[in-house]
Amino acid sequence: MSFVLETAANPENLRRVAIDPLSRVEGHGKVTILLDDQNKVHQVRLHIVEFRGFEKFIQGRPYWEVPVMVQRLCGICPVSHHLAASKALDEIVGAKQLTPTADKMRRLMHYGQILQSHALHFFHLSSPDLLFGFDSDIAKRNIVGIAEQHPEIARQGVLLRKFGQEVIRHTAGKRIHGTGAVPGGVNKSLSITERDELLKDIDDMMTWSLGAVHLVKLMHQQNPALYDHFGAFKANFMSMVGFDGGMDLYHGHLRARDGAGNILFDGVHYQNYSQIIEEEVKNWTYMKFPYLKSMGAEKGWYRVGPLSRMQNCDFISTPLAELERRDFIEYSGVMPMHAPLGYHWARMIEMLHAVEVIKNLLHDSDILGNDLIITGERGFEGVGVIEAPRGTLIHHYRVDENDLVTMCNLIVSTTHNNQAMNEAVRRVAQQYLHGHEITEGLLNHIEVAVRAFDPCLSCATHALGKMPLEIEVLNAASDQLSRLSRSSEGILSTPSSVV
Amino acid sequence: MFQNKDTYTFLLDGKTIPFTEEQTIIQAAMAAGEYIPHLCFNPEFKPHGSCKICTVSANGRQTASCTQQPQAGMVVESNTPQINGERLALLQMLFVEGNHFCPSCEKSGDCQLQATAYEMNMMSSHFDHFFPDRPVDASHPEYLLDFNRCILCSLCVRASSDVDGKDVFSLAGRGIKTRLIVNAESGRLADTNFSGDDKAAHVCPVGVIIKKRVGFAVPIGQRSFDEHPISFTPHPALKDN
Repeated sequence: MSFVLETAANPENLRRVAIDPLSRVEGHGKVTILLDDQNKVHQVRLHIVEFRGFEKFIQGRPYWEVPVMVQRLCGICPVSHHLAASKALDEIVGAKQLTPTADKMRRLMHYGQILQSHALHFFHLSSPDLLFGFDSDIAKRNIVGIAEQHPEIARQGVLLRKFGQEVIRHTAGKRIHGTGAVPGGVNKSLSITERDELLKDIDDMMTWSLGAVHLVKLMHQQNPALYDHFGAFKANFMSMVGFDGGMDLYHGHLRARDGAGNILFDGVHYQNYSQIIEEEVKNWTYMKFPYLKSMGAEKGWYRVGPLSRMQNCDFISTPLAELERRDFIEYSGVMPMHAPLGYHWARMIEMLHAVEVIKNLLHDSDILGNDLIITGERGFEGVGVIEAPRGTLIHHYRVDENDLVTMCNLIVSTTHNNQAMNEAVRRVAQQYLHGHEITEGLLNHIEVAVRAFDPCLSCATHALGKMPLEIEVLNAASDQLSRLSRSSEGILSTPSSVV
Repeated sequence: MFQNKDTYTFLLDGKTIPFTEEQTIIQAAMAAGEYIPHLCFNPEFKPHGSCKICTVSANGRQTASCTQQPQAGMVVESNTPQINGERLALLQMLFVEGNHFCPSCEKSGDCQLQATAYEMNMMSSHFDHFFPDRPVDASHPEYLLDFNRCILCSLCVRASSDVDGKDVFSLAGRGIKTRLIVNAESGRLADTNFSGDDKAAHVCPVGVIIKKRVGFAVPIGQRSFDEHPISFTPHPALKDN
């Protein structure tokens, strides 16, 4: 099926504008826009142009290698993949309930990851747009420009991220691509020295995180016409919430709401994700399009990530973040907030929550314990789900009796947001580009919409052998000589030559 | 001739190294606390002389220090740019002949190949990778063989034969087609008399012979070569001595 502005009726006479590569996002992607002579927009697509293949080459490897291997999908949020895989493999080793030390060490690692990733995204990638303006001087629209014009904000951003990375280093052994979680638990706890080193700076992190929330809130309050409506579109929300309905980014069950905030489903055990989520492939991007099975591809697409989580949970367990969540909900009014820029506000509330959780965990003596790993009855299939910085992350594995992986399915946060991101760039193209002379500043509006989702494009392209492909042979005059197509079912065909 | 070991010495990179009649150059160097890069040599086993990483210049002639006995007054050069450059090339060839994916290898941090490559300042594989197709043998209930990482050092062959008296492992084929095999018609480890108690189960310097389900149990920071490079780390076989 095709959405409005996804495919132009007569593309041959249209002008093509490409934003390639998208800047200040993780991974490689591009946006293409087809315009007519009056600059009216006929087609907008967010393409993911890189390709990974982890689902395939993890097959045949021993299962205990998986959490370390799959985290190499990404250099920004490897902890998310590391932990989602570990949770899935807990099922394989029969670890139904981790030891308190293992559970809390993993949570500490995860919230460190949330903190560093959210800080990176807001301060390094997005704050130049928000503080300078979407069409401001491109030479200054970056973190260096922020450091010059707003040195204290830049400093706090750098140090917040650094603190999150230090939490990861103390829990996983390295800031990037560590080994802390193993099937059934963790391989280390914190030493008193490590704990005290982190506690030393925690209050500064709290103050600065709260300041970041207030900064974004002020942006909405001062310019609601922009922040509440830029690229806005109505969509479903999905996330994992804690078993008590509160925000829990490490463990819980799945919940979804429709665009009006009504519950679509709740309490779904994530082991059953395949009963509620289907994926569609399209021939113009390497990224798949997930949707809720019960609603179909046209109505069932949804949003994940901070904006969903903030409006999907019933409460946040830590006091400062809960106060901010209530402000957010109250500001949104009767209807949920659908504006992509609302992601930034929700993201900063989550960063504050992460700091609060980290502080609580550092004061919990269980993180100093020695009971690290537990095993039980051997299983052969496991699903692990975690709320990664960018949204719901699903890892699913089957393992044979010789301990080798036979099947892997990864549904990555950015993949869930695929249709939503496409929708956002189409809305922005309609709002700002339609009928106007295209300028760099206008094109940056498209990128601002994509950036709001904090997409990790490299993580999201891992399938192998399922992608519909077309190969065209052109002559020097760009006339098509021949064409070979492969459908999503893997069927090859050679449509008749155009020339 | 060798009545007093202090009487007989040779020079290793300018340092005086005492030796006895039974020792080779690398054995004498190791006893004196000096490091000569090596892979197929293990002080618990008879020298094999196959990997050539331990090549030194002895009185101007290149030789494998694990098999060459020193002579009194011999001038041995090991840590020179030329010899280290040749070692680096050998290491790079080992890396491209197999599939050495250190980022997800559970032996990372404990692997002598990786540690030696770090020691030789290896920054890239340099040569084109072969990408051989080598499925793992996971048939044994407790141990796994990942042939992707084999460097043909034959330590498992020697351990199984000389210590365990079993001949579970052997090198088959010739030249570039040489490969590690196990002594079973099926070719599966599960169909041999291999045991986790065998010496052969514990001598692999890389990540071929792997005990199942314990990977990554040792955290980063506590692995063999995390704190010090291999040149400052006693050989695993000598740690308890």
